[in-house]
Amino acid sequence: MTPRQAFWRGYLDCAPFILIVVPYSMLFGVVARDAGLDILQTMSMSVLVIAGASQFTALALLQDQAPVFIALLTALAVNLRMAMYSAALVPHLGHAPIGTRAVMAYLMVDQAFAVAVKTYEERPEMTPDVKVAYYFGAMLLICPIWYACTLLGAVMGQAIPESWSLDFAVPICFIALTAPLLRSLPHIIAALTSCAMAVAFAWVPWSLGIVIAALIAMAVGAQAELFLKRQANRAT
Amino acid sequence: MIDDTTFWLLTIALGIGTFAIRFSFLGLLGGKRLPDWALLHLRYVGVAVFPALFTPLVLWPDATGGTPDPIRIIAAIAAFGVGLKGSVIGAIVTGMGTFYALHFFT
Repeated sequence: MTPRQAFWRGYLDCAPFILIVVPYSMLFGVVARDAGLDILQTMSMSVLVIAGASQFTALALLQDQAPVFIALLTALAVNLRMAMYSAALVPHLGHAPIGTRAVMAYLMVDQAFAVAVKTYEERPEMTPDVKVAYYFGAMLLICPIWYACTLLGAVMGQAIPESWSLDFAVPICFIALTAPLLRSLPHIIAALTSCAMAVAFAWVPWSLGIVIAALIAMAVGAQAELFLKRQANRAT
Repeated sequence: MIDDTTFWLLTIALGIGTFAIRFSFLGLLGGKRLPDWALLHLRYVGVAVFPALFTPLVLWPDATGGTPDPIRIIAAIAAFGVGLKGSVIGAIVTGMGTFYALHFFT
């Protein structure tokens, strides 16, 4: 495979995700306008951050009048998973020049990352150059669509009347992001803890209750995993 | 309404912070591995943060002045049920669809 072929291969391999990225980014555009951002602000956020879940998080907390540092902390926590992506890509892409790696870091998005790592593992014969080309192919399909559809949503959002209650799209989005993550018992326990603690700490000012609930839930999930592992070890 | 200064401060800091997270290992830390305790907790970030965000938004929506609205709660449960099957877009469509349908028929 030449780098050029690899680029287009990455591009095509990511094509199915268009079905997810288009409605998701449009929804962000619509919700951001609904929250009172102008088109420049909406686009700046999508271009500077390119991480939908954290953008929705920041927006929800700002609307809730949370202090900036709480909104920032929570939104960054949502993006911490990308430290794992960054580490996972080192063996495949770590050889590239620092400038190239910086561009790669900026473009790192969930779906394209998943496709790239899967392909690298399935095709160990790929040379370092080919891997880099494949990565850019995958990312360069998703990112322009992300920008364009945010803009489309932001422009169309104006035309959507208040009676459509689009505010409800925000919790629905978070629910949609959570459900597929519940792939093991500790994940389910962590999610239920998070729900319960969010209610228990709802009285805490500055939306800090959300941060407290998330920290407790994370610790509970981790401990549940360790506990189940110990049980399994004892059984064998 | 979101204040302009607040917005730009948050967006720029979030942009820089997110880039730093993405660049971390690929750019600077190279061969270093995340410690096991960090990996263990990172697996639960999503399921710990998202429910804490949506639970209050579903139970006490601003749009109703903070009064619980049975339609929103039912629609949220419907979205969750579909999401459990793994479909993100399906969950959004079901959630909003149920919400509009119940509003229309009640």
